[in-house]
Amino acid sequence: MESLWSALSSKFTSGTDAETSHVLSPSRWLGRFATSVWLRLRDLRVPQVRGIRSGGTMPGKAKGNPWLISGFLLVMFLLSWHLSTLRPTFDPTGMTEEQLQLMEFNGDIVRGTDGAYSWNPEKEKVRGVPGPLAVFDKARVELAEAFEIKGTNDHGIAYLVLYTVSRFGAGFLAASIIAIMLGVVLGLNRVLFRAVNPYIQILKPISPLAWMPLLLYTVKDPKWTAVLVVFMAALWPTLATTAFGVNSLRKEYLHVAAIVQLSWFKRLFKVILPAAAPTIVNGLRISFGSALVAVVPAEMLLGELGVGYLSWIEWNNLDIAGVIFAILVVGVVGVVLDSGFNKLAGYVTYQE
Amino acid sequence: MSFLQIDHVSKYFPNPSGDGQVCIFKDVTIKIEKGEFVTTIGHSGCGKSTLLNIIAGLETPSEGGVILNGREASGPGLDRMVVFQNFALMPWMTVFENIALAVRSAYPEWNRQQVTTHVHKYIMLVGLKGAEDKRPVALSGGMKQRVGLARAFSIEPKVLLLDEPFAQIDALTRGVIQEELIQMWNTSRNTVFMVTHDVDEAILLSDRILLMTNGPDARIAEMVQVTIPRPRSRETIIDHPHYYKIRNHIIHFLVRHAKHGTTGDGASSDQSMDGSPVIVDFEAVSSAVR
Repeated sequence: MESLWSALSSKFTSGTDAETSHVLSPSRWLGRFATSVWLRLRDLRVPQVRGIRSGGTMPGKAKGNPWLISGFLLVMFLLSWHLSTLRPTFDPTGMTEEQLQLMEFNGDIVRGTDGAYSWNPEKEKVRGVPGPLAVFDKARVELAEAFEIKGTNDHGIAYLVLYTVSRFGAGFLAASIIAIMLGVVLGLNRVLFRAVNPYIQILKPISPLAWMPLLLYTVKDPKWTAVLVVFMAALWPTLATTAFGVNSLRKEYLHVAAIVQLSWFKRLFKVILPAAAPTIVNGLRISFGSALVAVVPAEMLLGELGVGYLSWIEWNNLDIAGVIFAILVVGVVGVVLDSGFNKLAGYVTYQE
Repeated sequence: MSFLQIDHVSKYFPNPSGDGQVCIFKDVTIKIEKGEFVTTIGHSGCGKSTLLNIIAGLETPSEGGVILNGREASGPGLDRMVVFQNFALMPWMTVFENIALAVRSAYPEWNRQQVTTHVHKYIMLVGLKGAEDKRPVALSGGMKQRVGLARAFSIEPKVLLLDEPFAQIDALTRGVIQEELIQMWNTSRNTVFMVTHDVDEAILLSDRILLMTNGPDARIAEMVQVTIPRPRSRETIIDHPHYYKIRNHIIHFLVRHAKHGTTGDGASSDQSMDGSPVIVDFEAVSSAVR
């Protein structure tokens, strides 16, 4: 631990060149640090493991606590991010007064209240990648004004998330309903399925963004274009898998439905759709992912307010911390939507 | 006119290797009286399941037809319920819902209470009380087929079609369910047409056993009367003097046809001159000897 702190302190205090003034090389330093943290975590882990064993839900061979490992990975990531983006503080030694004044005039450095020079924080923002602390500050500011509307294009992050989620939801829902209906029709009619399947296979791999110029030209409204891009992204996987799922239904289910003389409506909702539900949900899951991927660039390109737009506007502002914050928001929105979807999926699937 | 008559039914499938058609079976005529239990035995691929599906209306015959109670029965219907080899329970429905689906269709005028009472009665009958809210995945093979039987009996069909119902159930459970089936059938007395591989099962359950030759061009070659009085149980039936006579006769038939493959040189002896099945009746044989 001693070498760890000497390394850390040397890094923090190094004035001119952080690279050469290290006591240890970065890789060796990281290695020692990792070992010491790991040893500490291993000691912490022991009672946790007993807890899991006595709970009896885990298989006997599984060792370790995933939470601790996740936390460890996060800490490691943040630390290495922080350290690799750390910039040396401004050191005026060896500089003449003229040089300093020129630098101040250029806006490279600013003079504090105590008269000492430091790097201009505004310029620092675009020098290299911002560290986690800068992103954290940005996030705090953004979240503090999450529900504020400051201007036509300056809505709080909560609104942006709401816009993205509703845009995504509308496109995905419409695509799913149409895809499932068409898929059932195709799945029940083998000839029609074989006739239409080549077209589905051609349309399926087309990137939904490739449709955007055409859609924008046709509907002439970026709002609806963004929804339609999501729609296009979500349509094909669900359509293809629904048709496949209904087509490959086990015959006996249909036989039972035929013998007990279910009406076509009951046959559809009590037998065909539930039986094909696991396959349909698989298709929906693929659609869900591709729609989520499509919504961000659609917002960027169309300039529609949303989390994708946020990422682009922060880039235009040269606020890299803002870009990173936007990326994190996209990730969080994706995770929340995905877990919600999985919960819904759990209700309709069954075990054979 | 018999209650259920399979009348000169033939089935052809398009030849998978090229043009033309493969005849699965030809000119099959079976007459079944009301309340009779008739079983068909034959090797795999002889078309006996196809025959059962034709009676059920799930497949259409290439020639001929099925007459039930004086009317042609074409297409599936609630009067001919099938018990499937692989149970055909809806895995997303509970035991109760699986049976209720059939009951509601059979008695659309019933209210919720009547349906519930009726379903519970049949769940009790097959000894599945307590498993009403389980899904098929939580049931053993035997329990699944009990649900299948409960579903079939619950709609009180005119004809019960059993398609190798116990083939996927372990041997010990199979015997138990066979006796349960006898119990249920004793009270309901549906007309039953069963298809099976299992000779002992056929003798235990049936009034008559039809022996089918191997396909293609399969036909009903013999008709064996099970001359063992009811009520029968697995324990006592093997002591009956006719039991092994019938059993050996059927097994000889099956082995003979397995050896000869498709037609066999012994085919002529299987059939009387006019093409109708040879009737094998050990009661008549023994009385004739006397």
